[in-house]
Amino acid sequence: MTTATLTLDHGLRKGRRGTLGPSVFAFVLWACLALICAFLFFLLAVIVQKGIARFDLDLVTNQPSKIRPETAGVASALYGTLWVSALTAFIALPLGIAAAVYLEEYAQQNHWWNRMIELNIQNLAAVPTVIYGILVLAFVVRAPLSIGAVVLAGGIALALLILPVVIITTREALRAVPEEIRSGSLALGATLWQTTWRQVLPAAVPGIATGSILALSRAIGEAAPLILVGATTFVTFNPDGVLSRYTTLPVQIFNLVPQDRQEFRDLAYAAILLLILVLLAMNALAIWLRNRYQRRW
Amino acid sequence: MTTRHRTTGGLSETGGHPAAWQGPEIDLTPQRSRVGEKIIRAGLMGSALLSVVVTAGIVLSLLTPLISFFSNVGVGEFLFGTEWTAAFGDKFTWDDKSWGVLPLVVATFMVTAIALVVAVPLGLGAAIYLSEYASERARKVLKPVLELLAGIPTVVYGFLALTIITPILGAFFEFNSIYTALSPGIVMGFMIVPTIASLSEDAMSAVPLALRQGSYALGANRMKTTLRVVFPAALSGIVAAIVLGISRAVGETMIVTIAAGSKAHLTFDPREGAQTMTGFIAQIASGDAPQGSPVYYSLFAVGALLFVITLVINMISIRLVRKYRQAY
Repeated sequence: MTTATLTLDHGLRKGRRGTLGPSVFAFVLWACLALICAFLFFLLAVIVQKGIARFDLDLVTNQPSKIRPETAGVASALYGTLWVSALTAFIALPLGIAAAVYLEEYAQQNHWWNRMIELNIQNLAAVPTVIYGILVLAFVVRAPLSIGAVVLAGGIALALLILPVVIITTREALRAVPEEIRSGSLALGATLWQTTWRQVLPAAVPGIATGSILALSRAIGEAAPLILVGATTFVTFNPDGVLSRYTTLPVQIFNLVPQDRQEFRDLAYAAILLLILVLLAMNALAIWLRNRYQRRW
Repeated sequence: MTTRHRTTGGLSETGGHPAAWQGPEIDLTPQRSRVGEKIIRAGLMGSALLSVVVTAGIVLSLLTPLISFFSNVGVGEFLFGTEWTAAFGDKFTWDDKSWGVLPLVVATFMVTAIALVVAVPLGLGAAIYLSEYASERARKVLKPVLELLAGIPTVVYGFLALTIITPILGAFFEFNSIYTALSPGIVMGFMIVPTIASLSEDAMSAVPLALRQGSYALGANRMKTTLRVVFPAALSGIVAAIVLGISRAVGETMIVTIAAGSKAHLTFDPREGAQTMTGFIAQIASGDAPQGSPVYYSLFAVGALLFVITLVINMISIRLVRKYRQAY
């Protein structure tokens, strides 16, 4: 008898005996997912339970206060978040979509130059978020632009941060549009841009919208780069323009960490609950958009 | 002329053979609107080039302050020094402080290691379940749950690590302060689970069905097929997912800044608090470091080191992903 048949024989017998193995394996896999879900629901339960106490109108109408934490709110941070995320969307979405259109519809895919851009974008997507803070701190907040720690600086930092994400998801959405649509349009005499603008982009809108909303929700929750561009100052007024000083919800939560009096903890949890609700709503919208409008060609 | 592109190839070729045209005479010279096309093309290309400008900007913003930093601190002292006493304020001079970055680097990798111990088994288990075991309906419910985990802001994770997880862990371990590397490490592990799970699942789903069918035909059950056929076939993608998870953990800022403390010291004990590279950057930045002070420059030095480390990790991950994409 050769070794091969011996091992085969052995393997077969082992397989017949070990009927418990596969079900244990399946159970372990299931347990991994169950543990992940349990952790998530535990966190959400804690946030709701601790945040609900101060989740009132004061939270969104009152300004932060170091003296009266029991009625203090996060109004300036909420408006700051709105300003910064609107600015982020305004900068990042057109640029990101344009870059994706170029790479997907115009560029020669195999040219070394375009492959370098592609590699570069993949890399940027994984650069630590603080690094974007350092970049904007060095060029925008201080010399040469020297605009200071204002809404615009925060918007630029977050826009650069989500730009690679917007580009990558938009490219995926464009790639999902079938080639026949382009060929048909071009065959009817449309130029490349007319084809892109009237046929490809409208067909890709659901995918682009889903990706953009998810990218924006990432920007809204981001605190690290904003700490570097000066959002940590104690601000008790709502921003009134792009050159106004500001703070945002995540940064405000970070600022509340060292305050360990119970009233401040309650306020922090209420702010977290508010932030999570905003993000959940955005995520739900993205998932709904994806399921409702995404066409399978 | 028109770009050589899969969608435009047909157009430019028609223009190239007017002699073959039998119908009525038409003007094939580019119309005026083509100028607009060119402008649009340039604009789109400019947007794509912006990403290169951003990278160049990052490198430039990190390099320039490095010159000042390394004219005062030796490269060897920075990279291999075991003491980091740089702290807030501009009262001190270069010689007052120690600039050995090792404590920050060790802390960074200690927290990352803890995160991986949590994230790799959980992430892979979830990925295998979703890819090989779950029904279509279960997948539709479970994938958004994973995405949700990735959608929670890191500042929230940090706050919960400090105020909830650390006290819970305190019942099992002896901590000597409220800051510990263990708690942010575990929480960070859950944070990177979605990264590892979804990328590994992609890699495993990309394994052709024929390989599984072949395995079943040979009499293997689902577990054996998964472990001996699908898993090895998807290995480079799975490793890429883990490597990307490492990059996320190394660069993660808020969780460690909030829950791991701001004491930089060389320790391998996860129960102690330990400041990471990102933690140092955030701590100094939140205090608005005066421009030109030693600590201001050190912020860029640590940032540059962080950028280089994550860049190397990312390149490895991108390489690996390319490899498995080519395989099938």
